[in-house]
Amino acid sequence: MMLTILTFLPLIAGVLVTLLGPDRQKLGRNLAFAASLLALALALSLWALFVNSRSGMQFVERVPWVPSLGIEYHLGVDGLGLLMVLLSALIVPFAMRASWKIENNPKLYFSLVLFLESGLFGTFTAQNFIHWFLFWELSLIPAFFLIRMWGGPKRTSAAFQFFLYTMAGSVAMLAAFLALYAATGAFDFAQLAEAAHRGGLFADHKTLAAAVFLGVFLGLAVKVPLVPFHTWLPAAYAEAPTGTAMLLTGAMSKMGVYGFLRILWPIFPEQMRAWRLPLLALAAATIVFPAAAAFAQKDLKRMVAYSSINHLGYCLLGIFAVVRLTEGSADSTNEQAAALNGVILQMFNHGLTASALFYFVGLIEQRGGALRGLNDFGGLRRAAPVFCGLMGIALFASLGLPGLNGFPGEFLIFKGALQLAPRTALLSIPGLLLTAIFLLTILQRVFSGPLPAKWNGWPDLTTGERLTVLPVMALIFVLGLFPQLLTGVANPAVMRMLKLF
Amino acid sequence: MNLYLECLTALTPEIMVIATALIVLLVDLAVVQAKPAAHRAALAGAITCLGCSLAMIWVALMPCSVHVAMLAVSPMTQWIKLSLLLMTFFAAVLSWHERFTRHAGEYFALLLLAAAGLMLLVSSDNLLMIFIALELLSISLYALAAFDKASLASSEAALKYLLFGGMSAAFTLFGISLVYGIAGDIQLGFIAGRLRGQPVEPVFYAALVMTLVGFAFKLAAAPFHLWAPDVYQGAPTPVASFIASGSKVASFFVLARILLTAFPGARGMASVSDFLPGWAPILMVLAVLSMVAGNVAAIVQTNVKRLLAYSAIAHAGYALLALLADQRHALSALLFYTITYAFTVLGAFAVVGVVEDSGRQASLGDFAGLSRRAPLLSFCMLVFMLSLAGIPPLSGFFGKFYVFTAAAAAPPQLSLLWLVVVGVAASAVSLYYYLQVLKQIYAVAPAPSATWPRPAFSAQVAIVMLAVIVIALGCAPDLLLGKITSLLKSHPF
Amino acid sequence: MPAWTIYISFLGAAFLMFLPGDDPRPARVTALLAALAGLACAAMGIIECRHHVAAGVLTDVANAPWIAELGIRYHLAADGISLVLVLLTGIAAVAGVLFSWNVENRSREFFALYLALIGGVYGVFLSVDLFLLFVFYEIAIIPKYFLIAIWGSTRREYGAMKLALYSFVGSAMVLVGLIAAYVVAGGKTFDLVELAKYPFPAAFQNWAFVLVFVGFAILAGLWPFHTWAPTGHVAAPTAASMLLAGVVMKLGAYGALRVAMTLFPIGLHTWQNTIAVLAVVGIVYGALVALVQQDFKFVIGYSSVSHMGFVLLGLMTLTQIGLSGAVLQMFSHGIIAGLLFAVVGRMVYDRTHTRDLAKLQPMNLNQVLPFAAVTFVVGCAASMGLPGFSGFIAELQVLVGAWQTFPVFAVLAAVGILVGAAYTLRVLLKAFFAEGVVDAQDLPRLQPITAPERAGTLLLLAATLIIGLYPRILMELITPSLNSPLMRPLWKAGLR
Repeated sequence: MMLTILTFLPLIAGVLVTLLGPDRQKLGRNLAFAASLLALALALSLWALFVNSRSGMQFVERVPWVPSLGIEYHLGVDGLGLLMVLLSALIVPFAMRASWKIENNPKLYFSLVLFLESGLFGTFTAQNFIHWFLFWELSLIPAFFLIRMWGGPKRTSAAFQFFLYTMAGSVAMLAAFLALYAATGAFDFAQLAEAAHRGGLFADHKTLAAAVFLGVFLGLAVKVPLVPFHTWLPAAYAEAPTGTAMLLTGAMSKMGVYGFLRILWPIFPEQMRAWRLPLLALAAATIVFPAAAAFAQKDLKRMVAYSSINHLGYCLLGIFAVVRLTEGSADSTNEQAAALNGVILQMFNHGLTASALFYFVGLIEQRGGALRGLNDFGGLRRAAPVFCGLMGIALFASLGLPGLNGFPGEFLIFKGALQLAPRTALLSIPGLLLTAIFLLTILQRVFSGPLPAKWNGWPDLTTGERLTVLPVMALIFVLGLFPQLLTGVANPAVMRMLKLF
Repeated sequence: MNLYLECLTALTPEIMVIATALIVLLVDLAVVQAKPAAHRAALAGAITCLGCSLAMIWVALMPCSVHVAMLAVSPMTQWIKLSLLLMTFFAAVLSWHERFTRHAGEYFALLLLAAAGLMLLVSSDNLLMIFIALELLSISLYALAAFDKASLASSEAALKYLLFGGMSAAFTLFGISLVYGIAGDIQLGFIAGRLRGQPVEPVFYAALVMTLVGFAFKLAAAPFHLWAPDVYQGAPTPVASFIASGSKVASFFVLARILLTAFPGARGMASVSDFLPGWAPILMVLAVLSMVAGNVAAIVQTNVKRLLAYSAIAHAGYALLALLADQRHALSALLFYTITYAFTVLGAFAVVGVVEDSGRQASLGDFAGLSRRAPLLSFCMLVFMLSLAGIPPLSGFFGKFYVFTAAAAAPPQLSLLWLVVVGVAASAVSLYYYLQVLKQIYAVAPAPSATWPRPAFSAQVAIVMLAVIVIALGCAPDLLLGKITSLLKSHPF
Repeated sequence: MPAWTIYISFLGAAFLMFLPGDDPRPARVTALLAALAGLACAAMGIIECRHHVAAGVLTDVANAPWIAELGIRYHLAADGISLVLVLLTGIAAVAGVLFSWNVENRSREFFALYLALIGGVYGVFLSVDLFLLFVFYEIAIIPKYFLIAIWGSTRREYGAMKLALYSFVGSAMVLVGLIAAYVVAGGKTFDLVELAKYPFPAAFQNWAFVLVFVGFAILAGLWPFHTWAPTGHVAAPTAASMLLAGVVMKLGAYGALRVAMTLFPIGLHTWQNTIAVLAVVGIVYGALVALVQQDFKFVIGYSSVSHMGFVLLGLMTLTQIGLSGAVLQMFSHGIIAGLLFAVVGRMVYDRTHTRDLAKLQPMNLNQVLPFAAVTFVVGCAASMGLPGFSGFIAELQVLVGAWQTFPVFAVLAAVGILVGAAYTLRVLLKAFFAEGVVDAQDLPRLQPITAPERAGTLLLLAATLIIGLYPRILMELITPSLNSPLMRPLWKAGLR
């Protein structure tokens, strides 16, 4: 029951907030925040109850829904799912605090965020495709409205593009799964994976198998996003209000990577093996090109957006590297485990750091009178030292400085990838360098140098803001120094995945 | 002696009707000459209705079956007479308040004489008697059509009717004489016997065509329909209603009798694949032309009476389809169709009459907004128009359905399906102009200066009764159909 | 019990005709009571018949001799599919009355015609004698004409006449087919179950099928015979468009399934691919045309054509899952179309008196009419086929069925879904969300949403959500019906 409660709690809270009268804006906002904290508490208790050593799904709930079509209400979490749930539960209150000062219909804004949270929880816990798809689509609508109604000047086209791209990907995925259903009569992920393992999926129709694989791949690739399906992202992230951007990058982008691990790989191991090289090339492209693009940006928000894509590229590099070159070669298990653990760590940590970065950029924009260009500022270190310090920490974490949380993930990924896919990994290293360069550039242009006169009275972080950002900052340090907290949860799931696939 | 008594008894309804005509004339000329016209009309009308009722009661209560000399009375024909008398009754009721003539006595007398003609028409199976009855009917109708002396259109209508009718009578008579020449007899049953086994001569075809042409004039089937629009529009409305209802039913019945009794062997085949010359192909051509010409011409009409005339032409086409069916269904389909059509068109003309009474013409625009002022009458008009269009659950729908089914079932199976397609398509087209009338009544706002004197109570009652009949026969067609089928089973003719 | 839906509707219509005076209030209340009673009878009918339905047996509701001469009986019966559609009619009827609460002009006649139309529709879904089915089918045509001609808006007389004539021509085609079938089968009975058993010759079936199917499918909006739909929907008043798109179009699809496909399975087999092509064209064409419309109602009108294409495609797949999806889509689209037209017609047009998207956008209606905006958002989500709403399960099943029979068409239909998302989103944005920030004083002052409108919205939303989240309710009715005696001929034709 816990997972159901967790998933529906934000939904019900969101409905309640919507039903409040239009003069109760503050009450709505507070209620929504309380609900998100409650969800966080639930997620933490889930973590506490989670048994690390057991490698299968825990907290399983399974109720037939439409039996004649093989649709079930099937929930469960393993290590991976639990971490994603925790991440979402952490980011949402953070994003809410970032949007505290919204003036235009805040009640609606917060209820939409709650609906989005419900969608996230649902996606990360679902084990049956229709159930999963429902929440996947459900998360689209609030995101769309969040961008459209509270976004920047070019929000209409950004929202439209975001919706249509994602929808197109979803339709492709739906079509592919319908083909799978027609062939196997099942929508359940575990059943489908088993059927694939036994070699029963489209055994003699190579082209059909490839087409179906492509469909699912497209749907997930648009969400991550993978180059070249990423063109919707910079506009969407740039135009979205701060809190929404944090949610998008922190949690929603992880839905795509999660999908690769949970859906694409278990069901299509053959195809992934066959297409390994092109996929690795795409992953490398996703690492390098956005980094280069970020380098060329002048808008801080866009830079962080591109950097987001770049970081997720590492995750994909890890996944694609892990895919076995040949059947049954077990000797690289160590490297595979390392890479996969790294992927999961990176997912978690990037969520934290990226959202923190967006938060800080949002603060800059707020204080700077809607300015967020790279060259609009300078020497803010003198005016707001605490701000600079904390943002610097976030920047360095994003860089991958050892001791901060960005490091373990990237390290493990590369450790595995250099053995498993050496050429691609080598090609991706420039991405690391570029990332370092542009992140440091931000630090330099915005914070050091002479302080222009107009920014003399630039306020430092207020107490509220310090409190908001404190948990995340703490986690950046803690997870950087003690990544075992995460790997302890993730490793059993990783080992199980490697064994099965 | 017995034979004469028998015949007289069989002819009692006709005698009653003629006697009523004479009484009406007498009373009007001798007794009430000085009274105002409205009273005279009311009295004459009352006497007419009384006479018709008595005749109906007699026919209903006294079954008789006589087949001797020129008389051929059977329960079937008695029953048709009943409906003809009912139609006359309604026509009389609708004429009670008409102010177009001061000569009420003559009017009702002529009406009754025309009714007598109708009844004699269906009581005989002798060609000469048929012709005499036809003339009695026609001449009365010519005179009736001219009764509105103040209207030029009325006189013109009557004259056209006379000329066309006279010509058609000439055709009919010529055809009949040719038949006599070939077969040597004028009794329908014997003609069939004489013609059987004989090779078909070209003269026979001439006779057949002549007779059919004559009847086609009477039925207003295209291309012999040219008199109908002017007569229906010009004649006084109750007269037009009578022409459209009673004379149609009787003429169709007589035509069916002649063709099915006297010329069964000359039927021919109307289907394209097994074509055989005879009267069936001729009827088919008439039917198609009527359906098409009637419906197409009706679309552009702006006068409702003229519209009803063209619709009558189209309906004659549908009825002719019934005759092409196989024997079992032909007569019952024909009778059901024509009788229900007759009541419907009586009602439609009645409503038109009410609208005209309030000082208007009968053009489409004059019906505008009728639903506001006279909701009950408008609803009845809705019933009549939709029944004519063939919308269930009204009698017109089942009539058409039955005719189409009978035609499709004509052996060989489905050979006439193309005709059914034409009929159905024509029916679909007809919905357009019936909806035009209804649109005026319901959807168009009335002119601000519209005045509506109350329609006569008797007219209202008559219209409502007719609407009830149409709806009842539509929802439970077995009421009529059952009777017809059982009568046909026991006494084919 | 389900037959009472018919009787109550007609009785209600007759009662309304005799109500004196012009006061709209008794007329509305009577109509609402009649519609609610109909819905109650529909629901009770489902409960009553569910054991029979689960066993796949046809439940006789009324069976009396009518016209003995031609073998016509007054024979009403129900299986799961009929009951689902009767339920849809009940829901749509109640919602329509609620959304017509503000009709003041000649409201008595309005509701009388409305109830007569509903009665005819109930009759079609419950008839098993073909003559009776045809009678009810035709009865439904005339009230439609008057509803549009008297209370409609843009070019109402033209739209009404076009609709009436198209429907009549369609039914004329069906009539010819029915008469031919009757005659060929020996001229003894019009009963659907009996006629379905008769082995019609293949050559006959080939032309009879297409005649009857197209005759019915005209009303279902089969491309290219769909042109009456956009004009008719735009011209009609709100309740009429809700009924037209919601229920009347389903009459055509139901007739195509019940009559054409059941009687002439060989003909179906011959024409299966052609009609499937037309259906797919309808899906994509309807969606593409909706994408470029400037009139709010036209967008919804064309979207109806597109959604009905799914129904027809599902029917043509000849798979159990495809047929099930088609019936479910009939239900689902009926509710959703009702919802969308209610927003367009009643909530927006009645207040702003414009349907031009260019004029609506600056009004920033999401601020002025938030209830309407939220309703429309949910309606759009449902229309797009998002999971959680009834349309998703329906389109899913149709796609699976199509994939099994014509994989290429399944892909094209999926493309249609995508275009559907695009035009739905476009119209949502253009109608309710202004481009920039609009000053509070520039916003129009509009009447607030009334209680009957809210009630109607809740009814429709509840229906689509409940079925979307718990489709078993309806699927338990539909799936066994595909095994009922009526559907046996389809099994012979290759139904899988």
